[in-house]
Amino acid sequence: MSRWWQGRARLPRGEGPWAWLAAGSVTLSVALLALLLGLLAIRGLGHFWPGDIALVTLEDGRQLAGREVKEVPLPDGEGRERLYRTGNRELDGDIWAWVPVAAIETVSHPRELVSLERRHWGELVGRLVAWVPEQGPRLEGEAAWSALQSRLGTLERQREALERWREQTLSPLVRRLESGEADAAATDALQALQARLRERRAAMAGDRLILATADGRRLVQPVEEVLRATRPNAMGVLAKLGAWGRGAWRFLSEGPRAANTAGGVWPAIFGTVLLVMVMSLLVTPFGVLAAVYLNEVAHQGRLTRLVRIGVRNLAGVPSIVYGVFGLGVFVYGIGGRLDAWFFADTLPSPTFGTGGLLWASLTLALLTLPVVIVATEEGLARIPDRQREGALALGATRLEMLSRVVLPMATPAMLTGMILAVARAAGEVAPLMLVGVAKLAPQVPVDGDFPFLHLERKFMHLGYHIFDAAFHGGDVQAAMPLIYATALLLVLVILLLNLTAIFLRHHLRSRHGTLSQC
Amino acid sequence: MPVMREPAPSRGAFVDFAPEATSLEVSGFGLRYGDKPALRNLTLRVPRHRVTAFIGPSGCGKSTLLRALNRLHDLNEEVQWEGRIRLEGQDIHAPEVSVAELRRRVGMVFQAPNPFPMSIYDNVAFGLRLQGGMRKRRLDDTVEWALRSAALWDEVKDRLQASAWSLSGGQQQRLVIARTLAVGPEVLLLDEPASALDPISTLKVEELIRNLKSSLTLVLVTHNMQQAARVSDYTAFLQDGELVEYAPTDTLFTNPRLRRTENYITGRMA
Repeated sequence: MSRWWQGRARLPRGEGPWAWLAAGSVTLSVALLALLLGLLAIRGLGHFWPGDIALVTLEDGRQLAGREVKEVPLPDGEGRERLYRTGNRELDGDIWAWVPVAAIETVSHPRELVSLERRHWGELVGRLVAWVPEQGPRLEGEAAWSALQSRLGTLERQREALERWREQTLSPLVRRLESGEADAAATDALQALQARLRERRAAMAGDRLILATADGRRLVQPVEEVLRATRPNAMGVLAKLGAWGRGAWRFLSEGPRAANTAGGVWPAIFGTVLLVMVMSLLVTPFGVLAAVYLNEVAHQGRLTRLVRIGVRNLAGVPSIVYGVFGLGVFVYGIGGRLDAWFFADTLPSPTFGTGGLLWASLTLALLTLPVVIVATEEGLARIPDRQREGALALGATRLEMLSRVVLPMATPAMLTGMILAVARAAGEVAPLMLVGVAKLAPQVPVDGDFPFLHLERKFMHLGYHIFDAAFHGGDVQAAMPLIYATALLLVLVILLLNLTAIFLRHHLRSRHGTLSQC
Repeated sequence: MPVMREPAPSRGAFVDFAPEATSLEVSGFGLRYGDKPALRNLTLRVPRHRVTAFIGPSGCGKSTLLRALNRLHDLNEEVQWEGRIRLEGQDIHAPEVSVAELRRRVGMVFQAPNPFPMSIYDNVAFGLRLQGGMRKRRLDDTVEWALRSAALWDEVKDRLQASAWSLSGGQQQRLVIARTLAVGPEVLLLDEPASALDPISTLKVEELIRNLKSSLTLVLVTHNMQQAARVSDYTAFLQDGELVEYAPTDTLFTNPRLRRTENYITGRMA
């Protein structure tokens, strides 16, 4: 018996050009797919690599420090120029520098060059001159660097503690106040807490750094603003790998910063997965029931055929049309009505009368309903009638026959429908823009507050995050690696969702053999 | 003992058992699929605890008649019927008769084995669980009894939790018979139960049929006249939706009264 890895894919002899044509199209498709994924992977994953910082000395004696991004021919065709990412936005107004290659005298990689990642203004590249703590002596050189490192560790822990405290103590109080449940005492308590928050923030802000840029300008940087400090030129490959892993993890686990051009995408991952899951929960029962009706209950006449054709054609309606429908019917229609009935005290600020997770899920459920119906119906049609008759002949009612024999046998088909629905829904962005996706919603729709799952909240989405970073950010060049990384992540998330469903289906199939056996 | 009214005999109906030995009684029964008539004015009695075979060419209506006996036509909206079918004297179409109850009393085994995609045990317990209220212990006992009755117990007792689809075709058919026996029917309808099986499996099923008639009334539809001759006590020959001749099997095969019967039997058996 030959195994798959021993089998040889070989063009049949004498099949002529059509076989080559067919094989060629397969090759081309696979190559294009590999190119797509490869590009996403290289550009996206490369973003987290702490590349070396070059210190460039020009012929006229000026110096600049930055990471080389690319080298292109000059527009006039004579010579080439390089693009360096230099950071220091607050000093230069830009983080990029174009340098003609001909004007470069020397390029070196001094170990002491420092890269600071900051909460605002992005990256800072330069030399560390001195460490000026609020209390205690001023330090210089290597001592300053180690002092900074240990301080950053403390800061990180303090920041986390503060964040937890804000989440657990302050936020619930704010929400109680917003919902109008709390009284004057709560307002006072809130003011006291906010004062304490300011105090604790201020306590962290005392220490300062003095830095020098490559061209000699001095700069004072409050340490509290600094998130991370590295000296990439002094790092070995292992240290860089570690930094790369931590960077990738921060990308996955943190919220976005600096108008979505930096930081992580955790809320967007969460939003995407939650959206797809709520959508699946909504669409699967509906789709299955509809398919059962069409295939098992309805009289197979002209009307049923017409409905079936209609359902199949609905699958071809452009998704933005569903978005418009969702906005008009779900958001303004049903949502507005719900607000008028149940949330009248908070009007005119809407609760359900604005886009949110529920309406987005419903819109996507509507969008994917035909896929689920068609797949389930095909599964039901494949079940031989003798299985149904067998159940009936044992004294089963029609409901018992459906629930105990037919539906279990059709489960793999339902899951196939769900897989197709997930694949289609996870990649949709257009309808979401109308019914509830948000540019920035760092609060995920699940938290410790009753009812824990907040379906009325707006949410972030990986697909929309890409769109937003690419078209609404100030500096697309700076956001580019992040866009690639997000795109890669979106593909991976969809893959993961699909694999989960496929695994589930395989598990169900292998329990009692496959349909083809019956 | 009440005197049963002898039904108007159809052409060629000649049977030698007493009216009170009747299990199923079909009188004046006709059935149409839409405009297409499938059965015409059938009248016959099926004896209790005997094997009765329906033979005839393809499309003669023998399977249609069989399915009418436990109302499997109910779901087909195109089917229209007339006449009367009685089980132990009671009209099976009477409004007070529950279809589910009728089908438990009149079990059916189909041409191709149709075990459900569950374990062997769950297949046999399927009908019992529908009725509910049975303790695990009694369920186990009934499943074992049914599998023994279907001569399958020894082959599957060590793998009751294995998928029913892992059995061979002949085993699957006996499993289906066990599944039907488990709900305790009075009548077992067999629609060409061996036509999809190899010769050895066929023999096993035939032997099973002969053994079962001590406690059950069996009705067998078959294409295979040797089979009808081997296992049945009475044989009815149907053609074009009509009952041509109905007699004890020996009589029908050795000494048919009608030309049509003889032609069919000799034409096929030669």
